[in-house]
Amino acid sequence: MKTIAKVMKYELSDVVRSRWLVAYTLFFVIVTDGLLRFSGASANAELGLLNVVLVVIPLVSVVFGTMHVYNAREFTELLLAQPIGRRQLFGGLYLGLAIPLSLGFAAGVGIPFALHGFDDPVQRRTLATLLGIGVVLTFSFTGVAFALALRLEDKAKGLAAAIAIWLVTTVLYDGLVLLLGAMFADYPLERPLIALMMLNPVDLGRVLMLLQLDVSALMGYTGASLKSFFGTSGGMLLAVGALLLWAALPPLAALRRFGRKDF
Amino acid sequence: MIISALLVALTTLGGSRDTIVVTPRSTVAAAIARAHAGDVIRVEPGTYAEPMIVVDKQVTLVGEGWPVLDGQSAHQIMSITADDVTVRGFVFRNVGTSFVEDRAALKVTKARGCTISDNRIERAFFGIYLAAASDCRITNNVITGAGASEAAAGNGIHLWTSNRIHIEGNRISGQRDGIYFEFVRESEVIGNTSEHNLRYGLHFMYSDDCRYVDNVFRANSAGVAVMMTKRVTMTGNHFESNWGSASYGLLLKEVYDVRLERNQFVRNTVGLLADGANRIVAEHNEFRRNGWAVKLLASTDEGHFRANNFIGNTFDVATNNRESSNELAGNYWDAYRGYDLDHNGVGDVPFHPVRLFSLLVQTNEPSLILLRSVFISLLDAAERAIPTLTPQALADRSPMMRPLP
Repeated sequence: MKTIAKVMKYELSDVVRSRWLVAYTLFFVIVTDGLLRFSGASANAELGLLNVVLVVIPLVSVVFGTMHVYNAREFTELLLAQPIGRRQLFGGLYLGLAIPLSLGFAAGVGIPFALHGFDDPVQRRTLATLLGIGVVLTFSFTGVAFALALRLEDKAKGLAAAIAIWLVTTVLYDGLVLLLGAMFADYPLERPLIALMMLNPVDLGRVLMLLQLDVSALMGYTGASLKSFFGTSGGMLLAVGALLLWAALPPLAALRRFGRKDF
Repeated sequence: MIISALLVALTTLGGSRDTIVVTPRSTVAAAIARAHAGDVIRVEPGTYAEPMIVVDKQVTLVGEGWPVLDGQSAHQIMSITADDVTVRGFVFRNVGTSFVEDRAALKVTKARGCTISDNRIERAFFGIYLAAASDCRITNNVITGAGASEAAAGNGIHLWTSNRIHIEGNRISGQRDGIYFEFVRESEVIGNTSEHNLRYGLHFMYSDDCRYVDNVFRANSAGVAVMMTKRVTMTGNHFESNWGSASYGLLLKEVYDVRLERNQFVRNTVGLLADGANRIVAEHNEFRRNGWAVKLLASTDEGHFRANNFIGNTFDVATNNRESSNELAGNYWDAYRGYDLDHNGVGDVPFHPVRLFSLLVQTNEPSLILLRSVFISLLDAAERAIPTLTPQALADRSPMMRPLP
């Protein structure tokens, strides 16, 4: 643990020094503040933020993460020459990036809300959900970035793969779902669709958030079946479990790779 | 001797019109039995739990200090069968649910010219029930249902085969349908508030030539439904907060010649749902923060939507029909992204309010699970730039640049 903390400390100073994080936090402050000012109600602001969170967090996490691993290559090799376990080193490197990114996001969204206040206490819970989803996506996509950068030696290839993964999860996957829905329109699709949503953290986050906001009433029968699924403690547990799994799986895959990689 | 002591008969200045005073030690029914046509029966404060009161003479019943007529949850409270009866100032309480008969707090059968005003009706199965009545006024009553299940509740104001009824200033809540019309002609519904009812705030069928003005229909579990009716005028009504998976502000089904003017549709899952509604004329209405502002299902033809405001709706117009004979003109759409080079306040490029996604959803509802997905936004943007699938006929060629007043 102590080793992880030590590596994290160096990482942290590196991340902060690069000023990326400050820009990232400022970005969320400006967007959130703007939405709160111009949309009038905090529920609307949360809905607007949802799209930003679902697009920007995966993109920044995966691209910034990939670049970070490539840039930290020499530092990593240097540390590997020291008597440090690979698990500890990976833990330090990964958390040293994922935690500041999460904090930057949480602060960027949280501060404007704290200043403006809520017009309905229900929205505290919604905001908590939004923050939770953002943090999970950060951990997940930073993990993806590590896994990619450790697998692909070529920087350009790694970056291309990172962007491709972002494109698939945030955009193309939904197109596929739409296509499947149209192809199998004659069948009861509610359950399979829920399963498909669980297989993509971005979609899962979006659906969980929509259920919190009252737009779910728009979804008619689909919404009702979603609510009846996620409304039960079992369904909610499954959804939260899936989200946590999505936060844990990519970094674990990256850790496996890190443990075996011949630098 | 005792009866004469209880029922004090006073001769009024009119001479022929007597006033009979009833106290809780007697019954209203006994007073009616004694009364002649044209008499006034004044009922003193207290609780009257007597069998069903049959008003079969032309009398005026006036409650002083809110006397309570109690149905003991067992029977109808008052039945009016005579013409020109007035009932004012009573509390009708505890009618009790029946699955065999339509029990009401106050039932008018085959009578004309009745006036029912300023009464409070509490925990009634049906509130005010008119069957084959005409030229009646129902004003300023407060009807509060027990709000039980939909099957165990009756309607607040229920009209069947009645003509020229004036319904004004009533407040109805917790019933099945707030106001219910079936085979009603030439009636007016003005300034009523119907909210938190278990089914519809207002529900009418086969009721031609009726006017609905300045009413508020709020948070009813299904909204307002109009079916199988011709020539309806609705002006200045508020359809608000009918929010749920099977709710709509106003449902028009199999109707002809509907005029909608200056109504507010706010925060409904579907603001206006038209299904087989022909010749709708909608002007100066405001659709704000609805899921769907207007849904025009197939066989809704020759509608005209002019000078309406569409603000903050998730979907402005949805249809399941590629062809459309409905006209949109001069509306304000907050989703409009066009420009106005000559600064005449009218956008220079047409606005197509039907989004591709709403069309997809109409054909395949489960795809609503992709609501607010990035892919859907891109798809909509692409369709907007080069429309291929959305109905071209359904476009506003003169969209306003600013909200209409």
